[in-house]
Amino acid sequence: MSTEAKIIELDEVAIRFSGDSGDGMQLTGTLFSDASALLGNDISTFPDFPSEIRAPQGTVGGVSGFQVHFGANQINTPGDLAHVLVAMNPAAIKANAKFIRLQGTIIYDSDSFTEKNLLKAQFKTTDPFEELNLHDYRKIAVPISNLTKESLKEFGLDNKSVLRSKNMFALGLVCWMFNRPLDYIESFIKKKFAKKPTVVEANLKVLHDGFNYGMNMQHMTPRYVVNPAPIEKGTYRTVHGNQATAWGILAAAEKAKKPLFIGSYPITPATDILQELAVRKDLGVKSFQAEDEIAGICTTIGASFAGHFAVTSTSGPGLALKSEAMGLAVIAELPIVVINVQRGGPSTGLPTKTEQSDLLQSLYGRNGESPMVVLAASSPSDSFYYAYMASKIAMERMTPVILLTDGFLGNGSQPMKLPRMADLPEITPAQALDAETYLPYKRDAETLAREWAYPGMKGFEHRIGGLEKGLDGNVSHDPANHQKMCDIRAEKVARVADMIPELEIYGNQEGGEILLVGWGGTHGHLLSSARELRSEGIDVSLAHFNYIQPLPKNTEQIFSKYKKIIVCELNNGQFALYLRDQFPQFSYAQMNKLQGLPFTNDEIKSRVQKEMEGSLSC
Amino acid sequence: MLENSTQYTIKDLKSPNEIRWCPGCGDHAIINAVQKAMVTLAIPIEKYAVVSGIGCSSRFPYYMNTYGFHTIHGRAAAVASGLKSANPELSVWEITGDGDALAIGGNHFIHMVRRNIDINVILFNNKIYGLTKGQYSPTCDRGKVTKTSPFGTVEDPFTPGKLVLGSRGTFFARAIDSNVKKSHDVFVEAAKHKGTSVVEVLQNCVIYNHNIHTEITDPKHKEDRQLHLEDNKPMLFGKEKNKGIILNKKGKLEVAVIGENGITIDDILVHDACDADGFLHQQLIDMKLPEFPVAFGVIRKVKDLVYDECMEAQIKEVQEDAKIKCVEDLLFSGNTWEVK
Ligand SMILES: Cc1ncc(C[n+]2csc(CCOP(=O)(O)OP(=O)(O)O)c2C)c(N)n1
Ligand code: SF4
Repeated sequence: MSTEAKIIELDEVAIRFSGDSGDGMQLTGTLFSDASALLGNDISTFPDFPSEIRAPQGTVGGVSGFQVHFGANQINTPGDLAHVLVAMNPAAIKANAKFIRLQGTIIYDSDSFTEKNLLKAQFKTTDPFEELNLHDYRKIAVPISNLTKESLKEFGLDNKSVLRSKNMFALGLVCWMFNRPLDYIESFIKKKFAKKPTVVEANLKVLHDGFNYGMNMQHMTPRYVVNPAPIEKGTYRTVHGNQATAWGILAAAEKAKKPLFIGSYPITPATDILQELAVRKDLGVKSFQAEDEIAGICTTIGASFAGHFAVTSTSGPGLALKSEAMGLAVIAELPIVVINVQRGGPSTGLPTKTEQSDLLQSLYGRNGESPMVVLAASSPSDSFYYAYMASKIAMERMTPVILLTDGFLGNGSQPMKLPRMADLPEITPAQALDAETYLPYKRDAETLAREWAYPGMKGFEHRIGGLEKGLDGNVSHDPANHQKMCDIRAEKVARVADMIPELEIYGNQEGGEILLVGWGGTHGHLLSSARELRSEGIDVSLAHFNYIQPLPKNTEQIFSKYKKIIVCELNNGQFALYLRDQFPQFSYAQMNKLQGLPFTNDEIKSRVQKEMEGSLSC
Repeated sequence: MLENSTQYTIKDLKSPNEIRWCPGCGDHAIINAVQKAMVTLAIPIEKYAVVSGIGCSSRFPYYMNTYGFHTIHGRAAAVASGLKSANPELSVWEITGDGDALAIGGNHFIHMVRRNIDINVILFNNKIYGLTKGQYSPTCDRGKVTKTSPFGTVEDPFTPGKLVLGSRGTFFARAIDSNVKKSHDVFVEAAKHKGTSVVEVLQNCVIYNHNIHTEITDPKHKEDRQLHLEDNKPMLFGKEKNKGIILNKKGKLEVAVIGENGITIDDILVHDACDADGFLHQQLIDMKLPEFPVAFGVIRKVKDLVYDECMEAQIKEVQEDAKIKCVEDLLFSGNTWEVK
């Protein structure tokens, strides 16, 4: 038998690390993906958390996963199915069987396949692979727990601490398989545990032993080469969507020369945004953890009235609580950004899973005629840009803005090309300058924005509030005035179309057979599916929306060029409903999914293929 | 525009808007006292911000020539908290009713007090919902008959002061709408206090709850039924100022008469509003007719850390030795790599 490992060259690979919540799989996955990004691969990741933090150890409910997709070409999604599954216990196999590519590789800790653990994962026999019908897979049993113990026997650590390092063994092994140098991971460990030298040494030892194990057992595992991707020049770093959102907000505040305030209440999967901003005291951020979401937005409105750039962050149920106050921001015409990281609903729904089902709530979920600008980010890294644009629109147009992201974007990570502040668009808040002519509801003729004056500014004293107002800010019960103000507020939102870019099409610019329409977090999947379909000769194009209200000015013109429009979204057809209202002259087919999971490329492709067959048969 | 914004009279504080409260409503006197207090405080007009919720009383900001924000029902405390945290230089006043602050806004109220944000809260307690035309409120006594309790309520009220104490409040005072002089004094003290100051003003709603406080406020009996507390002074009341409050053997308050049962002035409790221990303050807040007079004036005024100041101090402290000075520093920090 040859002792040389088989070397397989691949354009892209998806690896899924999975184990019990306590097994450190999120860290393992993150370190692997960062190391790959450093090598120049394009990356997309997706953490899959258990929804219960303390689901019993060893059960399927307690499995935590992290998928990394990296490649030599553009990577837009974390990958439908994994080439390699790393499973730290039987439950991880059970939870992930459906996510492994046929003939993929499963590396598992054979020491954890005890009778007790098999039972906890509710296997009926001692052969989980047979039970799950996993025949055509390369299964590599590695006694990870015992090898880790062996590796650390000189350290005199207790059993629990020893086993805590077994993720490093798995990581070392996978790094060998995929040819990743260990230096980045080493320096991370040294930094993270700087105060605990024994922990550093132990983790490094196990990491190297895992790597060496792969080298010594080459006959067992294949070795893969994934070349670097051709990426735009620049400085990069890996960001999470929520982090990118928070940073976009910070950049906007700095550009507008406004102090930043966030009033918020923790809720999965939006909490990271509050945390990212709370830690930025160095940049002067005032963060207020309120008693509930209502207070979150109300403190934000108060800070905006004080002349700060103010934001609030939440997820579905929290957005519902904020509705009444959003109406106050609409009528008071104060600039705030409401960030909603969507999750599965209704009610508490699927708190850790992704969905796009708050669109109608964002567009219409307020009493009265209460239009708001709505934006949606479409990748973890472009969350930075859309957070920035949401802020720019709010401050220049004196209007509350909703920014939609989702659990998939918020938790997912991706390399981001770092912008220079000088290259970001200018932000010029609608600042009041002249006390003599100031009136609270005097407007810019073009944008209809009123002027921002705030307590402390001498000579601009005025009153605002939730009651309908006249030009001077005084309460007005005049019927004609109410009509006029409602119309102006709607028109003000509509005119935001003047400052947003036109919609761009991927694919056939001239028009054609099928136009896929998507918005927000589904972009990566729709784009890679469209790309694959086009390479198979199918005439499909993609129109992906980031500006939802108002829509880009050329939307209608673009829709008119395609024979068939399929609106794809992770809800039961909310954007389709909105488009039918905006452009009733077109007909819209739908592709919808409500499983708490992103689309897969296969799903999108087979939907398009079905549509093609359908159009051929008639 | 005023030339010098610290030299103004009560006229300069009145907005041109016509006041729409019912004739005879206690709110008229309260706004008067607030405006007088603002003149006394001589804070530049542009630094006053008056924030209210929803209710009759919450129309208040429209009648003031200061910055004003009439928000939504129950949420004034939260809006004011954001405003004051953003700009601690402002003098922020929250105007609220018993329904606004203690029913729908109860959560925000207790948390504002707990955080000790430097806001002056004027709580108009008319023991009824005025704006919605006469439903019972969380300060109504059990059995109160209103439009929504035609057979009397079957629940007991909050005592606002006890709620303040229970939320670690640092300042609580009580006033009467019609006594503009005393209200003025209390408002000035409230504004000078660092931290959340809550002033409960007994307010008469002539339309839906007329005379609800009359037993206490009736000029014929007021000497016997009101105890006006002054710091470091004995708690004396009555026409002849010969009645006072003592602590009895059971550790409870009791009314005593000087000259009876060997009681002398030295037996009478001396008010100490600055005592951090709230035991006596709570007993004073709890005093009710007919056994006791009702306590007015500043009942509690203690020093403690103030949220908005601490927030600024923390930012300063972190910034002193921070490596990240601007957003670009942040973006380019951590694990970055170059693609050439
Ligand atoms: C969300 C919401 N719920 C209910 C109301 C109706 N509402 C307005 S004021 C009020 C009660 C006011 O009572 P109080 O706070 O005691 O003030 P007063 O009018 O007596 O001064 C109610 C129930 C409202 N405006 N908003
Ligand atoms: S209804 Fe009562 S509280 Fe309201 S304005 Fe009239 S008297 Fe005052």
